[in-house]
Amino acid sequence: MLKDITLGQYFPGTSVIHRLDPRTKLLGVILYIVALFLAKSWISYGVVLAFLILAISVSKIPPKSIVSGMKPLVVILIFTGVLNLFYSDGGVVLVKIWKLTITSEGLTRAIFMTSRILMLISGTFLLTYTTSPIALTDGLESLLGPLKKLHVPVHELSMMMCIALRFIPTLIEETDKIMNAQKARGADFENGSIIDRAKALIPVLVPLFISAFRRADELATAMECRCYQGGEGRTKMKLLRYGRNDFYAFGGLTALIAVVAVLAGFGL
Amino acid sequence: MKPILQAEDLTFVYSIGTPFEHKALDGVSFSINPGEFVGIIGHTGSGKSTLMQQLNGLLKPTSGRVLLDGQDIWSDKKFTREARFRVGLVFQYPEYQLFEETVYKDIAFGPTNMGLSREEIDRRVREAAGFVGLTEQQLEVSPFDLSGGQKRRVAIAGVIAMEPEVLILDEPTAGLDPIGRAEILGNIQAYRQAKNAAILMVSHSMEDVARLTDRLLVMNGSKLVMDAPPSQVFEHVRELLDMGLSIPQVTQVFLRLRELGADVKNVYTIEQAVFELLRLKEGKGHA
Amino acid sequence: MEDIISVEHLAYVYPDLDGQKGTQVFENLNLTIESGSFVAILGTNGCGKSTLAKHFNSILLPSGGKVYVDGIDTSDLNRVMAVRRCVGMVFQNPDNQIVANVVEEDVAFGPENIGVAAPEIRRRVDKALKQVGMYEYREHAPHLLSGGQKQRVAIAGVIALEPKCIVLDEPTAMLDPRGRRDVMETVEKLNREKGITVVLITHHMDEAAQARRVIVLDKGKVAADGTPKQVFSQVEMLHKLGLAAPDSVELCWALRQKGFDLPLDALTPEECAQALYDWLKT
Repeated sequence: MLKDITLGQYFPGTSVIHRLDPRTKLLGVILYIVALFLAKSWISYGVVLAFLILAISVSKIPPKSIVSGMKPLVVILIFTGVLNLFYSDGGVVLVKIWKLTITSEGLTRAIFMTSRILMLISGTFLLTYTTSPIALTDGLESLLGPLKKLHVPVHELSMMMCIALRFIPTLIEETDKIMNAQKARGADFENGSIIDRAKALIPVLVPLFISAFRRADELATAMECRCYQGGEGRTKMKLLRYGRNDFYAFGGLTALIAVVAVLAGFGL
Repeated sequence: MKPILQAEDLTFVYSIGTPFEHKALDGVSFSINPGEFVGIIGHTGSGKSTLMQQLNGLLKPTSGRVLLDGQDIWSDKKFTREARFRVGLVFQYPEYQLFEETVYKDIAFGPTNMGLSREEIDRRVREAAGFVGLTEQQLEVSPFDLSGGQKRRVAIAGVIAMEPEVLILDEPTAGLDPIGRAEILGNIQAYRQAKNAAILMVSHSMEDVARLTDRLLVMNGSKLVMDAPPSQVFEHVRELLDMGLSIPQVTQVFLRLRELGADVKNVYTIEQAVFELLRLKEGKGHA
Repeated sequence: MEDIISVEHLAYVYPDLDGQKGTQVFENLNLTIESGSFVAILGTNGCGKSTLAKHFNSILLPSGGKVYVDGIDTSDLNRVMAVRRCVGMVFQNPDNQIVANVVEEDVAFGPENIGVAAPEIRRRVDKALKQVGMYEYREHAPHLLSGGQKQRVAIAGVIALEPKCIVLDEPTAMLDPRGRRDVMETVEKLNREKGITVVLITHHMDEAAQARRVIVLDKGKVAADGTPKQVFSQVEMLHKLGLAAPDSVELCWALRQKGFDLPLDALTPEECAQALYDWLKT
């Protein structure tokens, strides 16, 4: 069911990670990804994994939620794994069936690549699970602030992102409802050729678009009524301020990169 | 009489195995006879919407059965599809699901999916339009050029055109003014009488369900807590209020009258109230 | 008492749309709304209620005549913000007026727009959420709340701007009985305790009966204007316009049709029961 998608959902909480400045978390994820890509060996992967597990346990996000969030990505994971498994040369040949060979190198790379993607996604989930979308957009707006001088509409972009995030659950629910309503009139989305199925979507897409435009129109009016007039002269309830914890977080991340880089230097 | 639709111990759990697991229906059983007008009341989230979607095979029950004319609607794939047509479902704000260029084509969507002949489709579209009071000229205009109340009637006609034996409606009068409400409710009654169809209507208006229905199903916390005629349901004032529901205003008036010491029966529509008061007044006149 | 809103000779024509001629909604509408009052506006779909409401805070501008809010001409483009700070609007569908993903961030949206300092926003948000009874939900995601709760969040978002008047356009149309009760209690409390002027547009007669003044609009004209008792006792007129009185009045009216003398101003079940009791005794 469409409703089960938890991608990009926020879990309110009060952990240290929740309370970090969103800019720290945004930059932190970037630093974490750098570390992940520097990692080349079992040991360095282990170091990054340990860091990730530590961060998740501090955030008090149930690991179950992270796992369930992965579900829509299973296909990509399997695809990456299989691709690396069969299309790597070198190392000892382990299995050979018909034209397909699995080498020790292939196996290692498959494990590394899938764990890299898993750890990459878990890291970004940790960001979206612990940071409210508004804080996230505020953080982005602040980090991208310098671009305003180049006439990039930073505020407008972040506002759009914020509203998009707000309306994703609403529109998913709406899609579900319209699909059910058309199914109740005998629409069939599961059977028939690709063309039949594409045609079957028209009764869903037309009402969905009309409804999205109506919502947009009503929302624009409601925002105007609440004195919205763009980014100029706007203030924020939650001011972004780096605190002591942000300092520690940056310290930890720098240490992580340093350790992984040094290990890589030693060929590990 | 043989019931047309039966629910047997229906249970439905959403998102099994995720942190969002939630039991939306819990052991719900009831049956509906042909031609019966049944109301469903319950607060938001009491399980009404889930129940509706079980009854025409949109959602498969986690456990329990739905019987249409005695046959389990999940017994074979063809019958599940047939059940969609024989149990018509009108969602809340159905006008938001219109999509065709003309009113005619939109109403014809269901009958076309049923695979009927062109003549039969034409007959059904015109008959359904008649039930909801749409004119010939209106059949050729775009549904998006109609007023809100008219759009709603087009959407209902789209379901009626499938000639379902059971018509289920989720708050068909929400957001309409008194005239619009009366018109829609009249359309539904007309269909019921013409086809001896059973009607199952979810409503937040206690006055409407009191006036129209033969029987009320009260949902609370995923369970069916009452299944009785309105007269009996509205006796339970305290329970209904605790469930976030209310009772018709005339019922409130009569409860107060009883507190004042008048010997009145429980009533729930204006007609009954007038009848009861005249009975009392005249009885007194003779005494 | 001074007037918070005054509508003088208002004319409004909806602009032409793809070749279709625009429709005239108002020709010459006059009315005033007293500061601190609780006014309900009734009328059938398409009588111009919502169009009128949108004139109260410069979302629509008159084609002719003037609308003044707290003495400010709503068509004065330099003072639009002053008008909107004075009159807040709550709409029918709560989903389409909530901007943010977290309740308190949404309530903060208005004050942020007008450049209020951070600590003051915090104070206003907490106060507004407490006033509508949604403070415990401040960190929740709005899409997981019930309709009535969402609508109360929307009201909090409006009162965080500290308006003198709030206009609610069918705020309970999409709610269940409990949601309706909660929203009506909230609105009534804001009017009684904070002295905020309330203009309530509704299709529910029992809600209108809770107001202190009822205005009935029909085809862009004021068809009736008075206290709920005065307006709802004109049952024939309401029926002719496609409206109705609360059921307690309808009951007394039905008995009058049978030739009995019953008052038509019993709006609450208690009043009605008393009137019926007295009548039964005689």
